[in-house]
Amino acid sequence: MAQAPDIQAKRLSKAQLEANFANLHAPLNAHEAFVESDRCYFCFDPPCMKACPTSIDIPLFIREIQTGHPKSAAKTIFDQNILGGMCARVCPTETLCEEACVREHAEGKPVKIGLLQRYATDAAMADEHPYGRGKFSGKKVAVVGAGPAGLACAHRLAMHGHDITMFEAQKKAGGLNEFGIAAYKTVDDFAQREVDFVLAIGGITIEHDKALGKGLTLEQLEKDYDAVFLGVGYAGVNELGLKHENSKGVEDAVYKIAALRQSKDLSKLKVGRRVVVIGGGMTAIDIALQSKLLGAEEVSILYRRGREHMRASAYEQELALSHGVAICEWVMPKKLITKDGHAIGLKIEGTVMKGKKLVGTGKTYELAADVVFKAIGQTFVDMTAGALALEDGRIKVDEGKRTSRPKIWAGGDCVAGNKALTVAAVDDGRRAAESINTFLRGSHHG
Amino acid sequence: MADLRTDFVGIKSPNPFWLASAPPTDKEYNVVRAFKAGWGGVVWKTLGEDGPPVVNVNGPRYGAIHGADRRLLGFNNIELITDRPLEVNLQEIKKVKREWKDRAMVVSLMVPCEEESWKKILRRVEETECDGVELNFGCPHGMSERGMGSAVGQVPEYIEMVVRWCKQYTRMPVIVKLTPNITDVRKPARAARAGGADAVSLINTINSITHVDLDSFAPMPTIDGKGSHGGYCGPAVKPIALSMVSEIARDSETLGFPISAIGGITTWRDAAEFISMSAGNVQVCTAAMTYGFRIVDEMKSGLSRWMDEKGYATIEDFRGRAVPHVTDWQYLNLNYIAKAKINQDLCIKCGRCYAACEDTSHQAIMMEKDGKRHFEVMDDECVACNLCVEVCPVQDCITMVQQTSGVDARTGREINPEPANWTQHPNNPMSLKAAE
Repeated sequence: MAQAPDIQAKRLSKAQLEANFANLHAPLNAHEAFVESDRCYFCFDPPCMKACPTSIDIPLFIREIQTGHPKSAAKTIFDQNILGGMCARVCPTETLCEEACVREHAEGKPVKIGLLQRYATDAAMADEHPYGRGKFSGKKVAVVGAGPAGLACAHRLAMHGHDITMFEAQKKAGGLNEFGIAAYKTVDDFAQREVDFVLAIGGITIEHDKALGKGLTLEQLEKDYDAVFLGVGYAGVNELGLKHENSKGVEDAVYKIAALRQSKDLSKLKVGRRVVVIGGGMTAIDIALQSKLLGAEEVSILYRRGREHMRASAYEQELALSHGVAICEWVMPKKLITKDGHAIGLKIEGTVMKGKKLVGTGKTYELAADVVFKAIGQTFVDMTAGALALEDGRIKVDEGKRTSRPKIWAGGDCVAGNKALTVAAVDDGRRAAESINTFLRGSHHG
Repeated sequence: MADLRTDFVGIKSPNPFWLASAPPTDKEYNVVRAFKAGWGGVVWKTLGEDGPPVVNVNGPRYGAIHGADRRLLGFNNIELITDRPLEVNLQEIKKVKREWKDRAMVVSLMVPCEEESWKKILRRVEETECDGVELNFGCPHGMSERGMGSAVGQVPEYIEMVVRWCKQYTRMPVIVKLTPNITDVRKPARAARAGGADAVSLINTINSITHVDLDSFAPMPTIDGKGSHGGYCGPAVKPIALSMVSEIARDSETLGFPISAIGGITTWRDAAEFISMSAGNVQVCTAAMTYGFRIVDEMKSGLSRWMDEKGYATIEDFRGRAVPHVTDWQYLNLNYIAKAKINQDLCIKCGRCYAACEDTSHQAIMMEKDGKRHFEVMDDECVACNLCVEVCPVQDCITMVQQTSGVDARTGREINPEPANWTQHPNNPMSLKAAE
């Protein structure tokens, strides 16, 4: 354990890196889309549609592909989910629509709904924007946060004829679509292309480097706008609560994932030879797998319960395992081992369920590591100074995503009950926009 | 091991699978490939009169409709009879027959409706030592405009007349190929028999336009912006052919008249069905044109295995077994009660049965039970129409179960074990009441 940490760039050739970070799944070509769309049974009261957080009419859009109109299919998708392009790439379909597909039940081979959605949305996004902006209502709405929730909300509001100003803390719009999603899931700068696609409806302007507590206050927004939507996501990262957590070599997975996404030259990114990831969600899988793809030799995910309890789907787990990532279940980090202010390993303890409680077994071992990633969840940081009612630590909203303040709506990761998926954020944004529109139209006439 | 040999009007072949008169039998090369692949016989593509050869279009000749995964379901053509010189065809027929003595070699013919024309061609065909001739009275496109093909087949008197000439000028068996583009297929079949024909073969193709090109608004296949109807065949026409074969098989005037069945035969099962409907053999075209000659392997082995399993040693052992089961609607037993039953272990919960029944039929299927997605037939509404069975994507998931006792939940009537049909039904004004 006394070895110096081995962290360096260029573990792999440029060609190898390029291949590793190419599309995880190649898009369907026209023939494949035709064959696949033929498999849909056009179910009654379709289970796939019920499983979709944005309730896309999946059998209808597949039938539209099958009958030769992928752009109509895209319209069916966009009507419910304007970020249908990204969702086609990042949705955990294996736990949503494709898990519900009756052909999964029948043959263990669901219709490839995600890839068909990608086929349709790709066809449409090469074309002109499919929606027109509604006649100007005279109303102005502020949307804070240009992530999936904010973009979906802004687009729907623009359809209804309102003027929208978006405020974004980062230099780029897109939120986690731009900064939080594994690079191999969204190649060719898709997140930015999708932002451009959404904004093409018109009536939406974005002001960057602005956020609550960074030039914006709720009170001022309420004064300046007819309604406000907050799609501010998670700002915080959970801590392990171990000593030496600030040592070099201990990193937050989300920041590394963002760095990977923003990197223009992957061969310049440093990666450890031995990487340990702590956590059991998609973020843990994403950072573990991407470390491996960058050339890390040994990558282990440590999870305190069994694989069946991980938030990452079985499919995602398989993906990591098939790339040579080890998943160690029923273990927890006990102590960070450091040398000269740098992490060089972990002391790990086995875990077991005692009744309903997870406890250590007392059996420990040491695991050498050059880098330790924390991927144990993110948290909502309340920048409204208690102005909004919270529920389970996130903003409390009603069915229409309205907060405790009548002119303020919220959606996405920052609201209570949200499933922390892109698709769930989009659904919040759309619902909020409809509620805001009803409110604005009502007050307009009243 | 079942014996697949057949003797059809004296023409022997090692199995009942013949290639129908069509592009696959237009020349020596194809026919030899077919025989090598194991086909029992061929009907050589229709020969016409000696003289300037027939001219075909130089654009597309075929159209089709497709099912899932572009499975070819229906096929259409506007090709004419052979466009090769008569002499070349005759020489090849003679050569191939000599080299393949155990296979059936029948030659299809189509010449103008004149005695001299038939006399002339029959003499030349006989010299090839082929096993028989088939009169093409069925082709519905091109040749029919010139008074041949289906133009003859649609007039029973012409059929009888031409068949008489043929029987007069040749000792070879004469098979008459019938067109389905008529109202009652029994009439031309009776005419063929009256004229002395040895057998009929059916069906030839059905008038069809498969598509309209929505850019040019021309029927497809399109030749320079125009299209004309073609002849339809392939799996889609099998039910029509099977029905027509059954009509001839059970008509008192054509009872026992040999039939060579044609129409969408694609698998051993199709062949077994046609033979059970009294066909002495079957002719195949579209399946071969779709998949190549090798499909005959599956046809032979499949038929053979099925016969072994059923204990049929020869084709004759089951030939015609379906005929007595074909009747008129009025004789169907109205006291027979069945209900659809959904096998819950096989059900994949797609709900297609529900949509079909609820939207278009009898509202006899429930879609929820104890708050869960669940599809089940309600006997008190089910008329046993079979729609749910046919739209279910899982084979044998929904079946029709006969109710043999108790009360029919839909009508409240006791099941009557005695059969009774429409001719005896009180609602039938024509029903005969016994004199009291």
